[in-house]
Amino acid sequence: MVSEIVEVSGHIIDSLILPKILDEIIDLDGNFEILEIAIGKRKTDPSTTRLRVSATSEQKLQVILKRLARLGATPLTLREVELVRTRQDGVFPSQFYSTTNLPTFVRYQERWRPVQNIEMDCGIVIDPHTSRASCVPMVHVKKGDHVVCGTAGVRVTPLERSRHKDVFQFMGSAVSSEKPKALLIEGVAKAMGSTRRAGQKILVVGGPAIVHTGGGPYLERLIEAKYVDVLFGGNGLATHDIESALYGTSLGTSLDRKAAARDAHEHHMRAINTIRACGGIRQAVRQGVLTKGIMHACVRHRIPFVLAGSIRDDGPLPDVITDVMTAQDEMRHHLKGVGLALMIASTLHAIATGNLLRATVKTICVDINPAVVTKLADRGTFQGIGIVSDAASFLRELCHDLKLPRR
Amino acid sequence: MISNYPDGKPAMPLPSLALLMCRPSHYTVAYEINPWMKVTRQVHQPVAARQWQALYDLLTRSLRVPVRLLRPVKGLPDLVFTANAGLLVGKAFIRTNFRHPERQGEEVIFERYFRRRGYRVVTLPRQFNFEGEGDALWVGDTLFLGFRFRTDATVHEHLSKILHRRILPLELVDKRFYHLDTCFCPLDATSVLWYPGAFDRYGWKAIETHVPDPVPVSTADALRFCCNALVIDRAVILHGGVSKPLRKELERRGFDLYELDLSEFLKAGGSAKCLVLRMTR
Repeated sequence: MVSEIVEVSGHIIDSLILPKILDEIIDLDGNFEILEIAIGKRKTDPSTTRLRVSATSEQKLQVILKRLARLGATPLTLREVELVRTRQDGVFPSQFYSTTNLPTFVRYQERWRPVQNIEMDCGIVIDPHTSRASCVPMVHVKKGDHVVCGTAGVRVTPLERSRHKDVFQFMGSAVSSEKPKALLIEGVAKAMGSTRRAGQKILVVGGPAIVHTGGGPYLERLIEAKYVDVLFGGNGLATHDIESALYGTSLGTSLDRKAAARDAHEHHMRAINTIRACGGIRQAVRQGVLTKGIMHACVRHRIPFVLAGSIRDDGPLPDVITDVMTAQDEMRHHLKGVGLALMIASTLHAIATGNLLRATVKTICVDINPAVVTKLADRGTFQGIGIVSDAASFLRELCHDLKLPRR
Repeated sequence: MISNYPDGKPAMPLPSLALLMCRPSHYTVAYEINPWMKVTRQVHQPVAARQWQALYDLLTRSLRVPVRLLRPVKGLPDLVFTANAGLLVGKAFIRTNFRHPERQGEEVIFERYFRRRGYRVVTLPRQFNFEGEGDALWVGDTLFLGFRFRTDATVHEHLSKILHRRILPLELVDKRFYHLDTCFCPLDATSVLWYPGAFDRYGWKAIETHVPDPVPVSTADALRFCCNALVIDRAVILHGGVSKPLRKELERRGFDLYELDLSEFLKAGGSAKCLVLRMTR
């Protein structure tokens, strides 16, 4: 069933235009739902109504819409977008259209134009010379840009539920710790396989708990098996991974002997210091200082990584981008071509990435805390599925399902 | 707010009526934009001039209505049909947006004419087609608006915002009656001549509900353009050959019929009403 919302206003009651429209829809094998109707109080007042017109096929719908257009009922989206020029760098006009992460089209010069690089909570800028529409974050808008205002002429395509019973449909419900995890993880493994076959990239956003829980080696295996095309994280993930590579501890806790090592609380600071002395993670790998771990695997397999800093960071490592806006842009740059995002044990970076993702990117959020998964969904990343699980257990199971050999 | 009726009462005929006409010096069938026009069936210029002069003389001499003249322009043959210039409401002129590019050249001529005479010119956004008095006719204080072939339905909402009057859009369904004034003719504040074949059942219902005394005409009369009659007070001026029943209906209502031969103008799909635009003095 396809549908379109149309609006008609004027003296549509007395002239019988409205009953005529409704009859025409039925005669042309369509259906309607009156969403809103405001009838003029005096005889000179116009009335307005908004209808959802639906039909069984796009072709039928177009026939109906063509007929309705002649009767004065135009689809809301068929109006041209309203453009307002910005007066100041970094500030949108007050009525700017705030984007969603769903595929969006704008009607400009009588044609539908796709909005490039769509992400949520941005504005849409149209270049009048090339007629290209692109999604622009608030900070990047320039004085004089033509910004889309209001909702007229903007069409957002809701994501269709997949006809196949895949894992994303299966898990499309609320987050719960009471779901059959083995089945969910098997679904994730399949989705990763199909993403790779489709030539799309897989993004992993990780938090330090991956290392704390002993999941580091599994992530390393995923990287080596080319199941990770880009890695996002923070100072913590890299620091603890390097700490465990250099000292065998994570935040002072031995990962082998399951006990706090002596004088190990300072290991992570020494690790940071060592990398700073080398000039960076890549240099440390090249100089033979860093020989294992997640970051080492990334450098060896030329997997790009973006480490975004935060105010509580120790050090930080030289590779950490401390300017958040620069970090955001760098993340945006690496998101091109991503088809699946795996967010593991990370609250801040998962939400930050979720904000930048298109709705068409399959998102899996794994966290021991159900609140993190819910939070991501509440902020608008509704294409995600959540798995409440410990990071290491999840990664171990995932490697098993992907049939990755033990080293 | 623009109102024809300062005291709020419907008024017909207008108290200070004047008409605008244009001599058919350059009138010809140069293109085909309605089923009546055939470039192969050409106009006889001298005959057309004589027919037009007869109408002009009737209006100015017998009926004593002031007629203003618009200078004809070479290359704009349909300028003679001044009813399509726009819609005049008091001192405001709502300019036509012609659907066909062939006639769009007339827009500036009309606009300049009215601007020079102190009218406030209202232009509608270009995407709305609207052909003035050809498609917009008052019955009492309700404006009936024909749409589909020349005027767009969407324009009625625009007009209602400008006029603050009830506007009833009527869909025209017969190509031969492409303008409302070819099939619907208000006689006074309560009665109209109309040809039901030019409307669909919604149109019939709307007309029958909102017009107290609708007078239907036969197909033969309609094809002789009797609905394109010019009504000045109780005088009804139309193309000759009116059927007996219709003549009776009109006379019973106290109208005087003036039949003229306007056959040369029928070749372009127009008759008495199309040749004249109502304006206030």
